[in-house]
Amino acid sequence: MLAQQLFNALSLGCVYALFALGFTLIFGVLGVVNLSQGAVFMLGAYAALTAVTRLGAPLWLAIGFAFAFSGLVGLLIDRIVLKPLRARDAPHLIPMIATIGLGLAMNSLVQGWFGAENQRFPSEVLPQDSLQLAGVSVTVLELGIILVSFALMTVLLLALKKTQLGRALRAIAESPKAARLLGINVDGLFMLTSFVAAGLGGVAGVLIGLYSNALFPLMGQPMLHKGIAVIILGGMGDIRGAMFAGLFLGFAEVLSVTYIGSDMRDAVAFGLLFLVLLVRPKGLFGSVQERKV
Amino acid sequence: MDSFDNFWSIYSNLVLSLGVNALLALSIYLTLSCGMLAMANAAFMGIGAYTSSILTMNYGWPFSAALAAGMVAPVLVALVIGRPTLRLSGVYLAMATLAFGEVVRLTVLRAEGLTGGALGLNGIPQLTQWWHVLLSVVVVLFVLARLRRSRIGRAFEAIKEDETAAGLMGIDVNGHKMLAFALGGAIAGLAGVLNAHLTFFIGPQEFGFDRGVEILTMTILGGINSLFGPVIGAVIITLLPELLRSFKDYRAVANGLILVVIVLFMPKGLWNPAWLRRRVGLRGRKGVTP
Amino acid sequence: MSAPLLELNNVSRHFGGLKVLQDVSFTVRPGTISGLIGPNGAGKTTVFNLITGLLPPTTGDILLDGATLLGRKPHAITRAGVARTFQNIRIFKEMTLLENVIVGMHRHLHYGVPGLLMALPGYRAAERRARDRARELLSWMKLDHKADDLADNLSYGAQRRLEIARALATEPRLLLLDEPVAGMNSTEKSELMREIVAIQGRGYTIFMIEHDMRFVMGLCEEISVLNFGKIIAHGGPEQIRSDPQVIEAYLGREDDEVSVSAGGAA
Repeated sequence: MLAQQLFNALSLGCVYALFALGFTLIFGVLGVVNLSQGAVFMLGAYAALTAVTRLGAPLWLAIGFAFAFSGLVGLLIDRIVLKPLRARDAPHLIPMIATIGLGLAMNSLVQGWFGAENQRFPSEVLPQDSLQLAGVSVTVLELGIILVSFALMTVLLLALKKTQLGRALRAIAESPKAARLLGINVDGLFMLTSFVAAGLGGVAGVLIGLYSNALFPLMGQPMLHKGIAVIILGGMGDIRGAMFAGLFLGFAEVLSVTYIGSDMRDAVAFGLLFLVLLVRPKGLFGSVQERKV
Repeated sequence: MDSFDNFWSIYSNLVLSLGVNALLALSIYLTLSCGMLAMANAAFMGIGAYTSSILTMNYGWPFSAALAAGMVAPVLVALVIGRPTLRLSGVYLAMATLAFGEVVRLTVLRAEGLTGGALGLNGIPQLTQWWHVLLSVVVVLFVLARLRRSRIGRAFEAIKEDETAAGLMGIDVNGHKMLAFALGGAIAGLAGVLNAHLTFFIGPQEFGFDRGVEILTMTILGGINSLFGPVIGAVIITLLPELLRSFKDYRAVANGLILVVIVLFMPKGLWNPAWLRRRVGLRGRKGVTP
Repeated sequence: MSAPLLELNNVSRHFGGLKVLQDVSFTVRPGTISGLIGPNGAGKTTVFNLITGLLPPTTGDILLDGATLLGRKPHAITRAGVARTFQNIRIFKEMTLLENVIVGMHRHLHYGVPGLLMALPGYRAAERRARDRARELLSWMKLDHKADDLADNLSYGAQRRLEIARALATEPRLLLLDEPVAGMNSTEKSELMREIVAIQGRGYTIFMIEHDMRFVMGLCEEISVLNFGKIIAHGGPEQIRSDPQVIEAYLGREDDEVSVSAGGAA
């Protein structure tokens, strides 16, 4: 029974980690807290749903579509809103405020378009079977979520650590000005990062939509709030910290549901956040200095 | 005075809502003037609303006492969560207060017995009079204006520009931030009390993210260079849904987009005395600027 | 020998494995003008950051008038009588010169909430005194004619002088100046030299970090030399000028610095 719960926790934690990764990437590389990430997450889910129901796409293709669609939205946000603000060297709060507005606008647009009621993926699309893995019964769905998340996270981590691209991104995270002087195409990489980060958020949206079998226009909001908690817990801008904190939160939530009761579930993230802030404002893993102007 | 009575019976709610929104915009202005983006004010409004409503509805408290309680409760909460969170800078603070807002919403949902959960509270006595709202706005404007001209207001401005330098001038930065935060919470709570006893129904969805963004939009739209800015922003955002039917349906979308547009194109907001003076050709105290 | 106003005893500051300051000890006597010099990167601004409470020392003690400053918040240290200017100018750009200086008087304006709410006589008198005093301080730095101008509009040299006026507004006993003449031309430097001597004449103690040797030698009665986080010499201008270790520290660095671009942290 416990093993079952742990698997459950793992899949939830993976999605949290995936979402947090997108969020942290943008903060680390672009230096912006992009609070429209919640809306982007939601758009990914709806994009996949549309792909499946209107275009008859298989699930795996729909996920790819969601990645591309959300990524595109993220890219547009960067080009249209964030880039002019960067050019103005606006203080950190300003782009954040703009993304708050964008998030709200997107949420409301989707609500106007699709309606506020819960939607679900059609049951034919959802894998129904379970597998026996080391004596534990695991649904194919959960397994799929875990595998997809891990695959994406691994690719991301490897890219960041081992490739020239990753090194360039880390250089930008340290200092965009210095990176530019080193000949790095900072603007191009900003575009790439916005695309990938939003794409990851969109995929996370699809996975949660599958996991909880419910899509609604405001589904990005609780995710955004938890994402904030995860980021602060993991240390802002710290990629591995975000991952571990996301997994940690998944476990904490599922275990609290098992042992305390399901109504406190959403509050777990904030309880943890509050405790951590009291003791260690830099987060559990982070020792990130804010970029000195 | 027949026409006035007609006008009033149709529009009283709108005018009073305008006053409430002005209070909310001023509450966020206060924290912004100290350099903090605290997205907790919608939650503080909710705390004020629920506290006072429960007291008047269930315990028959007189309005003035409930009003006081509705202002004290958010202050107490602000003092508690302020200590760990105000240490955070800029974006961390904004995010932490956003998260806090979510906590309040969850608490309200959970404490069904007291707050009516997702269904909200219905049948709150309509005790708000027009003069309550007017008096509140006038008093708050007065207090904030006096603060601005005192060492406290200067300290806020110094902290907003450069916290470290401000501290080294002998200013107790944390203390002042807490003051701005708690006082902002009290004002938001006041708005909550007045609003709840005006609309006789409150629900948790009214004090969430949408509301918080709306308040922020009002303040940023109006501009934070003077006290009039937030008030003007409140007037515009309150009246727009009335003037444009299509706006009403897409209210939230419009608020969000307005916020983005203002940030991109008019970052100092609409009411920007220095800009206006330059335009009109007057030499203001800001000196000669090329 | 009067008791020292400021004392650093075996102060060290480590950042992880990096030893920025090692066993730094010196004193500053009241009423004097003293200096701290050393090549770029020696750790000078860190000393100021430690004194003003922005950073805690890893080991050692810092005493003002015999009482330790350790563990106190920056604003408390300012209230105890230590004021400073900054290497990379931190004036309040959106305020006028007058307002900048008045901010420095924050802790000396004794009125409470009732006073400011109702514009009571106590409040009004205090605000008037503040304005008068601010103009006076600005006049010491020859800035009073620009009192109502926006601080952002000032020239670089004028901004540095504004910072000094603002620091004086806190009524310090010890005034820390971090590279007060950086970026000034020689006329401005001579002018500032005179103004600093005048400030000393009014009873303030001044302790400065500076790179301009002529300025330091011309003003300071006592000079400490910092190199790679350690004090290598201490004494009057003549002593320092002829100290072989000091000469080597600067000359040795000179060769290395030719190929490196300018602008390191002090």
